[in-house]
Amino acid sequence: MTTLALRPVATGRKGHRRPLGVLIAAAVLALVVLAAALAPLIAPYAPDAIDLSASLAGTSADHLLGTDSSGQDLLSRVLHGARTSLIAPLLLLAVAAVLGVALGVLSAWHGGWIDALVSRITDVMYAFPGLLFTVLIIAVFGTGTTTSVLALGLAFTPTVARYTRSLALSEVRKPYVDAYRVQGMGGTRICALHLVPNLGRSVLGYLVVLFGEAVMSLATLSYLGFGAQPPSSDWGLMVQEGQSAVVQGALLPALVPGTAIALVVVSVNVAGVWAADRLGSQD
Amino acid sequence: MLARISRRLAGLLATLFAASFVIFAAVYAAPGDPAVFLAGGRDKLTPERLASVRAQYHLDEPLVVQYGRWLWDCVHLDLGRSFQYSDQVGDLVSARLPTTLQLVAYATVLFVVLGVGAGILAAVRRSTWVDSAVVGGTTLAASVPSFVAAIALVSLFGVQLGWFPVTGSGTGIAGTLHHLTLPALSLALGALAIISRVTRQAMADAAASDHVEAARASGVPERDIIRRHVLRNALGPIVTMCGLVMAGMLAGTVVVETAFGLSGIGSLLVGSINAHDFPVAQAVLLLMVTGYVVVTTAVDLVHPLLDPRVKEVRPA
Repeated sequence: MTTLALRPVATGRKGHRRPLGVLIAAAVLALVVLAAALAPLIAPYAPDAIDLSASLAGTSADHLLGTDSSGQDLLSRVLHGARTSLIAPLLLLAVAAVLGVALGVLSAWHGGWIDALVSRITDVMYAFPGLLFTVLIIAVFGTGTTTSVLALGLAFTPTVARYTRSLALSEVRKPYVDAYRVQGMGGTRICALHLVPNLGRSVLGYLVVLFGEAVMSLATLSYLGFGAQPPSSDWGLMVQEGQSAVVQGALLPALVPGTAIALVVVSVNVAGVWAADRLGSQD
Repeated sequence: MLARISRRLAGLLATLFAASFVIFAAVYAAPGDPAVFLAGGRDKLTPERLASVRAQYHLDEPLVVQYGRWLWDCVHLDLGRSFQYSDQVGDLVSARLPTTLQLVAYATVLFVVLGVGAGILAAVRRSTWVDSAVVGGTTLAASVPSFVAAIALVSLFGVQLGWFPVTGSGTGIAGTLHHLTLPALSLALGALAIISRVTRQAMADAAASDHVEAARASGVPERDIIRRHVLRNALGPIVTMCGLVMAGMLAGTVVVETAFGLSGIGSLLVGSINAHDFPVAQAVLLLMVTGYVVVTTAVDLVHPLLDPRVKEVRPA
C-alpha cells in the first residue's frame, strides 16, 4: 500500500471535466438523433419486412448487423427504433416536468397544509422501490406505450417536485416577488410569469440529468412487455424478442438493440452532467 | 434513543398503511367493475368466480371496511386465490420467495465485496489511473440497464464460453450458486457505482481528520491507518448505503428474474400482470414494498450503533 495522503474529494465538478469524453458522447447523441430523423431514408429495409429465408443471418453485405428470427433486418429496426426510444422518454419527462414544477411551486408558495400534504404523497410514492409504482399503475390500466409514458411520468414527478420546491423556497423570498405583490399581482400570475421562468434553467438542467434514467426505465418496461407492443421496433422490445435466439447462439438480435440502449444512456449521462453543470453555473 | 426508535417505528407503520391502501384501492382506479377486474377480466368470467371474488374482497361493504378486512387477511397470510394459477396466492408467493431472497443475498455479497473493494482502492490510489478507472468503469456499469447486462453476460459466459447455465435456478448449494452467479452479477453491476463512490468519499472524509494525521506522524504503518482509523470511521455511510441499495434490489429482481427465467416473486409479478391476475400482483407488490420499507427503517436504526456521533442529530 502506498503512503499516499488521502484528502477530501473536491466537491465541485469543475476540476473533473473530461471534454474529450463529453465530445464523444455528444457526437454519439448527434448521430443517434440524425439516425432517428433520417431512418426511413437511410434504412436499407422496412423495419417490419419479414424474410423467413434470411432468419438469424449473421453480418453480411445484405444485412450489415444481421437479422432476427423472422429475418427482419436489425440495422433497419434499430434505426427506426431510435425514434420511439428517444421521443417516449422526452414525453415522460415533459409530463413529470409539468406536474412536478406545478406541485413544487405550489408547495413552496403556500406552505402549511398543502406543503405537508404534497410531501406526504411523495413519501408514499417513495415507499415503492425502483419501478414498482409504475408497475402498479400498469397492472391497473394495462400495458402499452401511452400507459408506460404516463405512469413513468407520474413516477418521476415526486423527484422533480422535491427539487423544484427546494429551489422555489429561496426564490419566493426574493424581493421581486413582494414587489409584484405590492403592485397587486395575484399569486398565480407571479408564479406563472416570473417565478417558474426564473427556475426554468435549473429545472431544465435537472431534467437533462434525469433523461438517461428515463431512457433506461422505458426500455426496461418495453423489455418486460409492459411498454411498446409488437410489431414496434422499440429497442427494449427488440431485446426481449431477440433473447430466445441467444440460447441458439445467435447473439446479434439481442445485443444490437441492447448496445444501442447502453450507448445512448452512457452518452446522455456523460453529456447530461456536463450540460447540467453549464445550465446551473450560469444562473 | 428510545424516542427515536418509537418515532421511526410509527413512521414505518404510517408509511405501510398508506402504501398498502394505495395497492388495495388501485382496484377502484381500474376501468370497469372491480370484481370483474379482480377475477381477471371478462374473458374467462364465470358466475362462481365472480361470487368468490365478491366474498373474498367483501365488495358489498364500505371501502374502509374492505381495506381493513383485506389487510387483516394479508397479515394472516391469506392473500386470496389466483385464478390464473388456480392456487392460493400465499402458496404461490412462498414457493417462489426463497429464489428471490437467495438472488438478493448473493447480489448483496457481490456488490458489497466488489463495490466497497473498488471504493477503497480508488480512495487509497486517489488521483491516479486506478481511481479514474474505478470511477469510469463503475459509472459505465451503472449506465447499462440490468436486462442488457444480463443478455451480455449470458452471451459471453453462458453461450460463448459455457461456464454458467443460461436459465433455471439449480439444486443444492453449489448448483444454486452456479445458476445464480450471472443473475446476481447483473443485479449487482448497477449498484457498484453508488457503493464505490460513497466508500471513496467516506474514506476521503475520514482520512482528512486530525487523528489520522497524528497516527501517521507517530509512524503507524499506512496499512493499519487505512484499516483501523480511516475505514472504521468511514463505515457508517458505507453500511447505510449498502443497506439502502440491498432494499432497492427487491424491485430489481423483477427484471433480472425475467431475463434469466428464474421462478421468483419478481418474475411472478411480471407474469401476473401479463396474465391479468391482479390478486397476485397485489400480493407481490405489498410484500416488496413492506420488505423495502422495513429494511430501510432498520438501516436507519442501525446507523447510530455504528457511528455514535449520529445520535445527537435529530432526524428531520
